[in-house]
Amino acid sequence: MRPRRGSTILGAGQIGFAGRFRAPRLRPLVYQFVLAAALGVVAWYLVSTAAQNLLDLGVAAGFGFLSREAGFAIGETTLLSYSAADTYLRAIAVGFLNTLRVATLAILFATLLGVAIGLARLSANWLLAKGAAGYVELLRNVPLVVQLFFWYSVITEILPAPADAMRPVPGVFLSNRGVVFPMLELTAPDRWLFALAAGVVVLAVLWIGRSLRLPEIARRQSLAGAATLATAAGGALLLLLATRKSIKLDYPVFGGFDFAGGGSLSPEFTALFLGLTLYTAAFIAEIVRAGILSVDRGQFEAGYSLGLTERQVMRFIVLPQALRLIVPPVTSQYLNCTKNSSLAVAIGYPDLVSVANTTINQTGQAIEGLAIIMIVYLSISLAISAAMNAYNRRVVLRGNSR
Amino acid sequence: MTAMTILGLTITLLALQSSAVHAQATAAAALKKGFLQCGVNTGLAGFSQPDSQGEWRGLDVDFCRAIAAALFGDARKVRYTPLTAQQRFTALQSGEIDILSRNTTWTLARDTSLGLNFVGVNYYDGQGFMVAKKRKIKNATQLNGAAVCVQPGTTTELNLADYFRAKNMRFKPVVIEKMEEVLNAYFAGRCDVYSTDVSGLLAARASRAAAPEDHVILPEVISKEPLGPAVRHGDDQWFDIAKWSLFAMIDAEELGLTSRNIDQQAKSANPVIRRFVGATGDFGKMLGLEARWAHNIIKQVGNYGESFERHLTPLGVDRGINRLWNQGGIMYAPPLR
Repeated sequence: MRPRRGSTILGAGQIGFAGRFRAPRLRPLVYQFVLAAALGVVAWYLVSTAAQNLLDLGVAAGFGFLSREAGFAIGETTLLSYSAADTYLRAIAVGFLNTLRVATLAILFATLLGVAIGLARLSANWLLAKGAAGYVELLRNVPLVVQLFFWYSVITEILPAPADAMRPVPGVFLSNRGVVFPMLELTAPDRWLFALAAGVVVLAVLWIGRSLRLPEIARRQSLAGAATLATAAGGALLLLLATRKSIKLDYPVFGGFDFAGGGSLSPEFTALFLGLTLYTAAFIAEIVRAGILSVDRGQFEAGYSLGLTERQVMRFIVLPQALRLIVPPVTSQYLNCTKNSSLAVAIGYPDLVSVANTTINQTGQAIEGLAIIMIVYLSISLAISAAMNAYNRRVVLRGNSR
Repeated sequence: MTAMTILGLTITLLALQSSAVHAQATAAAALKKGFLQCGVNTGLAGFSQPDSQGEWRGLDVDFCRAIAAALFGDARKVRYTPLTAQQRFTALQSGEIDILSRNTTWTLARDTSLGLNFVGVNYYDGQGFMVAKKRKIKNATQLNGAAVCVQPGTTTELNLADYFRAKNMRFKPVVIEKMEEVLNAYFAGRCDVYSTDVSGLLAARASRAAAPEDHVILPEVISKEPLGPAVRHGDDQWFDIAKWSLFAMIDAEELGLTSRNIDQQAKSANPVIRRFVGATGDFGKMLGLEARWAHNIIKQVGNYGESFERHLTPLGVDRGINRLWNQGGIMYAPPLR
């Protein structure tokens, strides 16, 4: 007997109502729904047990602690100012900005260094190639936390005390409290003007760069526009310098324990930045090398036979193909770099994890604190991934061009 | 296996779990395990530090051994979990350890919102500063602008901020989690000042300084730090056992009972001593322990004074206010009756 449409051959008594659930298009939906329900039950169980246990223990719960006074000091801050009288929320915000600062700079310099080392390893110069290979092998295989301790010891134990600080350049002092340098001292309204002018100049430069690739007439018009903008920016800067006498260089001066005034980079930040940059650069170097090696040798030769120079071949033919292979793993490396910055707690840099840990310890609210840490890192990672995916779509050669 | 089967299994497994993770009877659980899980410091000389053979030694360690002696009759039935300042409270709250004996300051926030009960005070301390002698600093008011090494998650961190704010001075905190790394940073010169409880300063100077005479502890004591063990909320029997183990050690010193003479003294006709060693009264039964519980503690661990002299006196720590109340200090325990 032929099975009815929508049911399979079953034993007697299993057709009919049950038979309907075995219809191929309904089955996966049912399974997925059941699985989701099971996961929901597990999650609900975990959350309610935790809440009940916390209640039994008398441990406080909820996010109300964020508006309480923090009571502890933070060693260095980025953009925001902070004192022990501020709230836990502000402390966590300071930690977050510190994390962003070190992660952004580390990602930027690691990319530059990684690309350079990756290309160096492919060069025909034997010393360069072997040197780059040695660098990669060494830095990939030593655990990052060990590297951080190494850089921190180097800075704190080899550099002299502030009283005997090294002076490589006048005004710049190097000691085991970090490097201090003269900084432009700008009060609040000037700071915004300066930032605005700098932003406009950067935009003008980018505009010129773009317009140079346009066909003739449009290019001229674009350049004219860019020139105007640049002039306006320059004018604003000059206005700034001329009218505000308060602009001066703040030189660091030694007094009592340490240097006061000027800008500084602490040993903690420097050690973390160095460690993260060098470590991540080693991985990026290998990814870049893999990407370039993946491009068929024939592409290079075709490019040379067209009369293109090595740089033009790289830029127009090889890199677009190589980037297809390079960008996704490099995105992972950026995310790793961001998460690795949480090792800051081992050497005393006040990043998000360090500040949040102190908060957890002072308030006893481990679950809320950890939830904050996880959400922040998730947001940063999603932002980086989104940005890199957008970049990926723009620069990578679409289709199968091999 | 169908999804229905999986779902059914999941629900059954969940239902089989007990809904209360923390059984109220920590004592019963410890007896069943056969040992006490004690949370201690990762390495603070005088309080809890492994010696060269890997045996844990210190004032806080002795307290855990006392509880084991009271509970099991054997002071060796303890396992130690080294904890940093940041890990210590979650370890106790989660049930990973039975008791926290880790030079922890008794504060209101910890007593309430962290869900802990403090057993008592086994060391009255205060926070101080240590600087290198060559800086020629005489007192703490000269510390404006200094870099101060401190561990995170401690009352030290908070007191520092309060003190410098009150005196309208600034400081730069260097906050490092691990004790060994903090001391490295201080002795390498990364920071000008090391701040923690005075007992910790003395311990660090005695055990880690290349030349102890090159470091001076400033005269200011800027806070009260009553250090004591802690247990979780919600277990009154365990709280009583821990409390009275500490009180027994202090009462024994007051009565003149030491580990050397307790066996002799147990035969004494003095009713106070007879109550202490369990010859009369059911104080052991009231606590849920055997009658010889206090006798075991003193025989195997010693009284409070012996414990102090064994671990802290070699580091140059004076008993100070940790003497008994009738000898000029403030160590006072309720009577065992």
